[in-house]
Amino acid sequence: MSENQKPKNFQERLEQNIFGLFMVTALSVSIAGIVEIVPLFYLKEAVDYTEQTDKYGNVKNEKFPELVWEREFTMEDGQLVSDKALYEQDKNGNWMVADWKAGDGVRPYTPLELAGRDIYLREGCYICHSQMIRPFRDERERYGHFSLATESMYDHPMQWGSKRTGPDLARVGGKYSDEWHVLHLMRPQDMVPESVMPAYPWLAENPINKSFFGTKRDMAKRLTAMRTLGVPYTDEEIANADAAIEGYTEMDAIVAYMQVLGTMVKLDDSKSYRE
Amino acid sequence: MDTTVKPQYNDGVVKYLTVGAIVFLVLGTFLGTFAASQLAWPALNFDIAEITFARLRVMHTNTVIFAFGGMTLMATAFYTVQRTNGVKLWSNGMAWVTAILFTIGLLLVVVTISLGMTTGKEYHEQEWPLAIAIALVWTLYTLNFVMTIAARNKETHPNVYVSNWFFLGMMIAITYLYVVNGLAIPVSLFRSYSLFGGVQDAMIQWWWGHNAVGFFLTAGFLGIMYYFVPKQAQRPIYSYRLSVIHFWALMFGYVWLGAHHLQYTALPDWTGSLGAVISLAMIIPSWGGALNGMLTLSGAWDRLRTDYILRFLIIALAFYAMATFEGPVMAAKTVNALSHYTDWTVGHVHSGALGWVAMVSIGALYHMVMKMWNTEMYSMKLINFHFWLATIGTVFYIVAMWVSGIMQGLMWRAYDEYGTLAYTFAESVASMHPYYVMRVVGGVLFFSGAVVMLYNVIMTIRTANARQEVGTTANA
Repeated sequence: MSENQKPKNFQERLEQNIFGLFMVTALSVSIAGIVEIVPLFYLKEAVDYTEQTDKYGNVKNEKFPELVWEREFTMEDGQLVSDKALYEQDKNGNWMVADWKAGDGVRPYTPLELAGRDIYLREGCYICHSQMIRPFRDERERYGHFSLATESMYDHPMQWGSKRTGPDLARVGGKYSDEWHVLHLMRPQDMVPESVMPAYPWLAENPINKSFFGTKRDMAKRLTAMRTLGVPYTDEEIANADAAIEGYTEMDAIVAYMQVLGTMVKLDDSKSYRE
Repeated sequence: MDTTVKPQYNDGVVKYLTVGAIVFLVLGTFLGTFAASQLAWPALNFDIAEITFARLRVMHTNTVIFAFGGMTLMATAFYTVQRTNGVKLWSNGMAWVTAILFTIGLLLVVVTISLGMTTGKEYHEQEWPLAIAIALVWTLYTLNFVMTIAARNKETHPNVYVSNWFFLGMMIAITYLYVVNGLAIPVSLFRSYSLFGGVQDAMIQWWWGHNAVGFFLTAGFLGIMYYFVPKQAQRPIYSYRLSVIHFWALMFGYVWLGAHHLQYTALPDWTGSLGAVISLAMIIPSWGGALNGMLTLSGAWDRLRTDYILRFLIIALAFYAMATFEGPVMAAKTVNALSHYTDWTVGHVHSGALGWVAMVSIGALYHMVMKMWNTEMYSMKLINFHFWLATIGTVFYIVAMWVSGIMQGLMWRAYDEYGTLAYTFAESVASMHPYYVMRVVGGVLFFSGAVVMLYNVIMTIRTANARQEVGTTANA
């Protein structure tokens, strides 16, 4: 290398060494993630976030205990059990939500709701509907109290959305009857003439226990995956997961999911959940 | 001219990628126009699951961003890395494998999304088997690119040219962000659950999402700009120093911006504000880069009158400057409160995607076709026609979305004299109709331009090949 090609400064040194340029570029694109993302995993005081306290799935929200449904998880004879049941079979054989009622705090989805959420994702509902209410007066009046971080703590992935071609759905649960939702999904313009939403008639025909190409929608496996991700289910709940969606259609499932949205927490107007 | 010292390049794979990119441009703009028509006339959903709006929209974004954008990036990177370093590709075979697998992968992405297989993560809908395959193909692409630069003759090419820095930065950032955002637990071949949930998932998703824009659609295409604008203008880049600043500011700064998509959400306030502040600061390097490209033309502006390809490149820079100004404005909290969730965001994306990304790509693709097939274009007039179709189409699109977006934002927050909400949501939807129709018109214009381009390029290649055949026969 001749004398005039010797690097004069750091920039030129990088320009002459592609691997050096590679390393420094990789370093500079990494900084933002470290500053913006890493703190979200441990800076609990910054948000209303609920903390997992042990490996069994016991959770606690120190600041706002009413936001999360607490139940005691323990190991008994190698089985993960809990003092309260999320869902169980009633005397008619139907699988119903058990020791939880609306407003008791954020809980894991029942198998039917989780399956409904899968349908919600499959149809790409998040492309047109957000699930994140912002703290403005008009949004409060239109949709309800602004959304909290705890409310989507069990959502893998989150469905906050980025566009409102249709209205926000974060608190749609309980606003309309099940029948309204079914009619609306069958033919949206029948219920809302101005709507530009597509119709989803196939939801009423497809059984929810079947997935792509007629394969089984393995709910036990899905609940297990969710538990690995920190969503607490007992062993019994996982074992019954497949039975709990038997006989339902995709329509039943997605309506079950939508009807629970926003109903889990009862927010207190006198409290300031976010600075 | 002494032709013996001129090195031969591996252009076969670049030719394939160039034509492939144009085909995907036609397909992607068609899907986009069709999806836009469904919002104007919902009956066009035909009650067919595979083409309902939401699925079609995701097929559209994947086709235009990853298939068209990705193939353009591969074509231009393989083309420029050989020419700026004076060597052949490190591995021509690996480049072919990359190109073919990428094509198959992206076609499968479009098909699987149509069938409803999706992660539910915006701009990262490919399910895990395809996501892994794409990440591996992308790594091959990066490896080939870096090793080609490493194999250059350091006597004749001591310094790596600026276009290569931008390509390199894009490849690194995209691999890193795509892999982290894609981490998930598979529950079947067609379904996986994101490793992250809630607020963390939101931040990670937009950290990736905004950089699909910032790196894939900006840094990579700036690499294109830094090679093709000086080449087509036949002048050196205006300022080397400005390009150094542009590069490092972009590499460091762009990754912060994702948080501005989450202002006023459950994400902690400081994160969103940090994203907004850095977004504002990014105007400076972005405009520096745009000026750097435009001023390369100083003293040769008259060439715009005769050189239609240069027109594409320069109008792309004008749109780049406009979009990089609009973006920070929309990131500012008060504006974001109005613009978020509305069509304004869609308009902003398209002023970048149609105005900047597509225009600069089209310019570069025309340039490469002429160089690689060693011929003039079949019709220069058709390039000019394409230019006007694309420009007017883009303007129609973004004006429609500006009006509808701001109108939506204002209607949602409007109060009447009694202090109650003035409009129902459904009323705001009904008011969008004329603008949705106007957007379809813009889309049809832009799509027609892409068809004209495909026709022109096919005719050019056929003419060039026919001439070559005649030449070979004559020689024999």
